[in-house]
Amino acid sequence: MLKQVEGSWAVAEAVALCRPQVICAYPITPQTHIVEGLGEMVKSGALGGCEFINVESEFAALSVAIGSSASGARTYTATSSQGLLFMAEAVYNAAGLGLPIVMTIGNRAIGAPINIWNDHSDSMSMRDAGWIQLFAETNQEALDLHIQAFRLAEALSCPVMVCMDGFILTHAYEQVDVPSQADVDAYLPPFAPRQVLDPAEPVTIGAMVGPEAFTEVKYLAHHKQLRALELIPQLAAEFQARFGRASGGLLRPYRTEDAELVVVALGSVNGTVQEAVDALRARGMRIGSVGIGSFRPFPLAALRAVLMGAKRVVVLEKSLAVGLGGILSDGVRKALSGIALQGHTVICGLGGRAITQKSLEGLFEAAARDGLTDPVTFLDLNEAVVARELERERQGGRGPTAESILRQLGTVASRIG
Amino acid sequence: MNSPVKFYQTGTFTVGNRLLDADLRSVQSATTRTNSLNSGHRACQGCGEALGARYAIDAAMRATSSQLVAVNATGCLEVFSTPYPETSWQIAWIHSLFGNAAAVASGVAAAMRVQGRHDVRVIAQGGDGGTTDIGFGCLSGMFERNDDVLYICYDNEAYMNTGVQRSSATPPAARTATTPAVGPHPGNVAGTGKNVPLIAMAHGIPYVATASVANLRDLEDKVTRAMGIHGARYIHIHVPCPLGWGSAPADTIKVARLAVESGLFPLFEAEYGEVTAATKIRQRVPVDEYLELQKRFAHLFAPQRDDARLAAIQATADRNVARFGLVD
Amino acid sequence: MFQVRIHGRGGQGVVSGAEMLSVAAFLEGRHAQAFPSFGSERMGAPVMAFCRIDDRPIRLREPVTEPDALIVQDTTLLHQVDLFNGLKPDGCILLNSTRSFEELGLAEFARDFHHYRMFTCPASELAMKHVGRPVPNVPLLASFAATSGIIRLESVIAAIRDKFPEKVAEANVRAAEEAYAIARRQAEAQDA
Repeated sequence: MLKQVEGSWAVAEAVALCRPQVICAYPITPQTHIVEGLGEMVKSGALGGCEFINVESEFAALSVAIGSSASGARTYTATSSQGLLFMAEAVYNAAGLGLPIVMTIGNRAIGAPINIWNDHSDSMSMRDAGWIQLFAETNQEALDLHIQAFRLAEALSCPVMVCMDGFILTHAYEQVDVPSQADVDAYLPPFAPRQVLDPAEPVTIGAMVGPEAFTEVKYLAHHKQLRALELIPQLAAEFQARFGRASGGLLRPYRTEDAELVVVALGSVNGTVQEAVDALRARGMRIGSVGIGSFRPFPLAALRAVLMGAKRVVVLEKSLAVGLGGILSDGVRKALSGIALQGHTVICGLGGRAITQKSLEGLFEAAARDGLTDPVTFLDLNEAVVARELERERQGGRGPTAESILRQLGTVASRIG
Repeated sequence: MNSPVKFYQTGTFTVGNRLLDADLRSVQSATTRTNSLNSGHRACQGCGEALGARYAIDAAMRATSSQLVAVNATGCLEVFSTPYPETSWQIAWIHSLFGNAAAVASGVAAAMRVQGRHDVRVIAQGGDGGTTDIGFGCLSGMFERNDDVLYICYDNEAYMNTGVQRSSATPPAARTATTPAVGPHPGNVAGTGKNVPLIAMAHGIPYVATASVANLRDLEDKVTRAMGIHGARYIHIHVPCPLGWGSAPADTIKVARLAVESGLFPLFEAEYGEVTAATKIRQRVPVDEYLELQKRFAHLFAPQRDDARLAAIQATADRNVARFGLVD
Repeated sequence: MFQVRIHGRGGQGVVSGAEMLSVAAFLEGRHAQAFPSFGSERMGAPVMAFCRIDDRPIRLREPVTEPDALIVQDTTLLHQVDLFNGLKPDGCILLNSTRSFEELGLAEFARDFHHYRMFTCPASELAMKHVGRPVPNVPLLASFAATSGIIRLESVIAAIRDKFPEKVAEANVRAAEEAYAIARRQAEAQDA
């Protein structure tokens, strides 16, 4: 059924349709509306057979989820940014224990400086923890991915993170098609755990594993994610067959067939990129783009197949490996191993800075004419502010950097009174 | 002068005794006991925690007709009971992290409830480190929500598994690896520390109790009583650690008894924040008798007696006696 | 694509106004995207919200920098924030006010930028009158429907009924109807 709702609400409806049994919640902007929506559904009785637990921290949230999932209940939680870091130990623990928890990440920047707006630094911080990481381009896809996520998680006994851009998607009202309970039930069978805490058949879960076996355990986790590379497209195809739309999958190419320049990006910015691609195509440029749907496991082979015909690739990153440059770019580079291509890393949208179609068109045109000379380009960087700050430091200026910049921008008063 | 003659039994009620009516026998004396923590674990000789855990979990298993799931924090108990590829646990058991046993247990309880398995009960257990320090946030959260979990803390008063470092349960003056017996104030500083049983009471939860491996029947009774109650419950068990305390492995129960009889470790029960019962001390002993058996307090006695600090410790014991009415 | 930018202060329903507008467009079978521009969430702070309306799915994900229409819910922002930034040459401005452009200090602006279509609406007063709370978003939406030609009053009313519980919804509908009538008269007077 078509509805015009906030992204968070669309996700809440999707999760509710998946018949979750335990939902634990700790508030953090910008995911809060999701768990509030679910909490209301549980409290009003609209979502039955589900316990909603208000916990005292994100660490507790994922820990409750671990206990619940290990006991055979389909379990869900959500977080962002600082909250994801606060539960970091549990993130690794859940993956290591092979528990099929589904968690929404409302992507938000990580401080310091504290920032509530969107970028991908939070998901990136946990990229090697062993969770599957899926990225949504639209609110429809965010909705759809949660349904696919439970199926994927339970098929592999591996937790799944569904990543959606904070504010840009979570707080945007747009049209979504909410599937019927019958269709979701047909796609997602009841949870049949591979391991479960049950007094009737007691098992020990979470033993210490030493040097004699740890490598094998980790190899099997890696192998599991490689299996996911096959399963993700399969489940997406099945989803399309049942629900009638393309959603999820490893990646989504757009006008790449004869493209000389291909843009690679994660998440909602792909929409703006596609508008820029259309505008530049109309002006004669052979440009295309590809949105990465699955960041972990990273679709090396599939991406290679899309990019190998191009001459140039521009990777847009809403994240930064401080001291090194790109994170997504690393995966892209690996995919292109042995293929000679001009590659550009562009850091953009950090801390919620808007990525405009105009900026992107300028960027892609510059790339096409060899105008991107730095190994890493920071889109729309305010060079004057940076120069002034560096000069201030050179002169021995004291005080925190962030506040000094805010003062330059006039956001903060120089002095009070 | 007439003074009341105190009679008390020992031998008849020793914990393994089967020469009693069935309803007076301990759980451990039964051949049908679960042996939840079975032999083959790697605990040190004389480990108070291994003893306490076996008694506690077997009592819980009987009280719940074996419908029990245990959630264990990282620590000695977890490490010595599950040396890969073996496990000593004969029950459904999970170890997640150091600081989240209470939260994981809350999750297990919720999952059982939502699946209609209302007879399955949950215990969370951990050492003092995992309970009073790193697990404190999750513990308080579980208490606050009144989740149906019994949390058992095995208190050996330091981070023993990692090499005897100080925790917020380490008593004043005790030597640990991070409060060494050097300098003008050797051992742990006074004026620090956390009384988690009292904090648990402040949460107003249905049941709080302290117990000791010196009185194993009392320990079993308290666990049994706790399992008959629904909601958040907490039992704090004093368990000597020969290695960390520098006491003789054969003295574990003796040391535990002296802690109780000096008044330093009061045995009491509370419901909804009010003390409902306390075990009287039959024969009070001065704290010295307890402290002298442990090398972690050796610097209080040699090269000379530290009268001031010993007096301070004695005063703590006296306060407990007064507060809980431990002596008639 | 038609792009609207709404300015106001926290607590004035700027964000829900954009959302309702998007629902109204949805009910007319169109695609619509509404989203806020957040600062720290506190009452009284300047807030913006955006709404895009189109007949095809909307892929763009950036703030509206070149709006076709501006709705200003709080005129105290007029000389504090650069409200008119990026407004398209034939754009439409709707101000929540009982005062005239001259009284608002916009006489010069109106003269120099006369290609803008500018309207006022006593939205706060209408809200107080019908709903009992000075939240101007609904009357402004109705006024927008009357002056922009982009959305029908019936759709706005349906969006109101979708959002609010019955009694509050009907009070808002009455406010909307009165605002629409006032705006139609203003528009006709301008066209004449």
